[in-house]
Amino acid sequence: MLNDFISQVGPSTVGGLASGAIYALIALGYTMVYGVLRLINFAHSEIFMIGSFAALFVIMQMGITEPLTGVALVGTLLLLLIASMAASGGAAVVLERVAYRPLRKRGASRLAALISAIGASIFLQELFALVIIPEVFDRPSQGRNQVPVPRLFDRETVFSVGNTDIRNDHLLIIGAAVIMMILLDVFVNRTRIGRGVRATSQDPETAVLMGVNIDSIVRTTFLVGGAMAGVAALLYTMEFENLRFNIGFLLGVKAFTAAVLGGIGNLRGALLGGLALGLIENWGSIFFGSEWKDVIAFTVLVLVLLFRPTGILGESLQRARA
Amino acid sequence: MNANSTIRDGNPLAMLRQTVVGYSDRVRDWWATAPGWARWTVYGLLIALAIIAPHPAIGSFMSPHSHWASLLFSPIGTFVLLAVGLNVVVGQAGLLDLGFVAFYAIGAYTMAVFGTKYGWNFWGVLVVGIFITAVSGIILGSPTLRLRGDYLAIVTLGFGEIVRITAQNTEYIGGARGITNIPHPQPIFGVEFFLDPLPYYYLLLAAIVLVVIFAKRLERSRVGRAWEAIREDEDAAELMGVPTFKFKLLAFFIGAMIGGLTGVIWASKVIAIQPPNFPFILSATILAAVVLGGSGNLPGVIIGAFLIAWLPERFRGFADYRILIFGAALVLMMALRPEGLLPPRRRRAVTGEVSKPETPPAGGDEAGDDRPAEEVAK
Repeated sequence: MLNDFISQVGPSTVGGLASGAIYALIALGYTMVYGVLRLINFAHSEIFMIGSFAALFVIMQMGITEPLTGVALVGTLLLLLIASMAASGGAAVVLERVAYRPLRKRGASRLAALISAIGASIFLQELFALVIIPEVFDRPSQGRNQVPVPRLFDRETVFSVGNTDIRNDHLLIIGAAVIMMILLDVFVNRTRIGRGVRATSQDPETAVLMGVNIDSIVRTTFLVGGAMAGVAALLYTMEFENLRFNIGFLLGVKAFTAAVLGGIGNLRGALLGGLALGLIENWGSIFFGSEWKDVIAFTVLVLVLLFRPTGILGESLQRARA
Repeated sequence: MNANSTIRDGNPLAMLRQTVVGYSDRVRDWWATAPGWARWTVYGLLIALAIIAPHPAIGSFMSPHSHWASLLFSPIGTFVLLAVGLNVVVGQAGLLDLGFVAFYAIGAYTMAVFGTKYGWNFWGVLVVGIFITAVSGIILGSPTLRLRGDYLAIVTLGFGEIVRITAQNTEYIGGARGITNIPHPQPIFGVEFFLDPLPYYYLLLAAIVLVVIFAKRLERSRVGRAWEAIREDEDAAELMGVPTFKFKLLAFFIGAMIGGLTGVIWASKVIAIQPPNFPFILSATILAAVVLGGSGNLPGVIIGAFLIAWLPERFRGFADYRILIFGAALVLMMALRPEGLLPPRRRRAVTGEVSKPETPPAGGDEAGDDRPAEEVAK
């Protein structure tokens, strides 16, 4: 058992960090919306799903069938990045307008908002399974099956540490996630809008009195959180090369776990929580087998909440909640 | 004026809202002031209606596309019982549980395992199954009930998934193939249980009636008042000397029992169960039924569960699109009337706080709620 662990720990660490980076990017959306509205944006998983299909749509429109190299690859990735960020960010803004704002304006309970989010989530999944995948992606009556994604670039080992090969795709994922986190951190902590976001999450009523436009802040929060999910969606599409109408659900739950693990409302916590969750999951799989991966993730969630309910770094975007 | 009839804007949504609110509020207010005999008549009529419900003449209208009596058993009957169980947790104690399906699954698996592996009698398993799910409620509740609101929601969601994936990965209980050849209940009072759904429906109906009476008695008891206090303000309840943790655990315990009961009855009819029978979406659907009907109000919850189970079947003509429509309907319903079709007379936030930022609550939660029947006149 221990020998197994030692021989597999390297690869599963790299794999864990890569999936953890994707969790972290999705977790940002949960954490930001939760920070500002105290609401689990349950349909965030579908925002992710929309982004991944947007990336696939562009890939298909460009007629990519062979793996790319060099400038063509970089250009394509940038284009895909813009497409998936725009699709996810846009969808998040629409979602907020349709499913949340009417409730917010009426002062409805948070349970009502959660139900509305679950409804939106079901609607979007079914929309893809019934209409968009069969029609737009030209897979009639296969809307609930997996949709394969052409390979964008060949996997190559960039360098090795001990017996562990570090591949270019893993480096890209982790690198992209870290860059996005830094950009987001700068946005929230250094810009004027970011200050509005922080103010709203600390005390919405006072923020209004200070001239913060809450509606616009909420919209921005959804837009930015959605765009981050879009980045995650592109990375996921590129790495796992298989999409499905319900890919968002499990990733969404895990990303929320990551957000809680790091301390919900805490942006850096989301990164830490995502990476930690990815690692724990993959290391745990060595011992228990990969079919227990999801159980491990949820068990970690339960344990964290029991022993440190505010997460590793604590709740920081807003005041701590009772 | 009623809080919800304040016209904020003259758009069609607001007008539609008016209509929905008008009808359900009128029913609610009439009920609150109805004399005892009227209530008993209604109870009697409802039970009589439930007894004649499987009649094919009703079925031909209610479900032209599928077998009405089977439909009445599942999903309609099971949804109603599950929703009544979840209502204890969510509606009465205000604990947001997103993994309620876990208890249903545990009940169903208890029936399957004891029935196939040990040859137990259904009636024996019924008792054991309820006991086991109640214990599982305690096991889930005792560590997690110290958490609040959203954290509890996500932990219970995790618990639901853990139960399902564990069932899928455990060979002893059939793994992904599930368990087949689950025995039917032994005859009781000369009623045979075989493939005909009718006896199961009446069994479930009896269970529903008993559970509803039980839940209603609880609501009016010290326990019910303690739950209400916890739901409204946990800190205040604690300060007033309510042992909040104990009562929250009790809510989980009772909710789990009802979920398990449903699972046992359901498994005894369907012959075979598999892990995918217990997806997260089922938890979400039951929660939607509770909230749609009016969380905390038993008649509302029952109507909500009935609608959520029945409408998609009734409109099977729309084939695949019914789930899509269901999703859209949830969003629309929450925008129109977030407190549900028939909310309890004392309306309140369910998961602790009404989202107080941004807008002052339109008309307030307290204002206009405890008001007697003069509202009806308007």
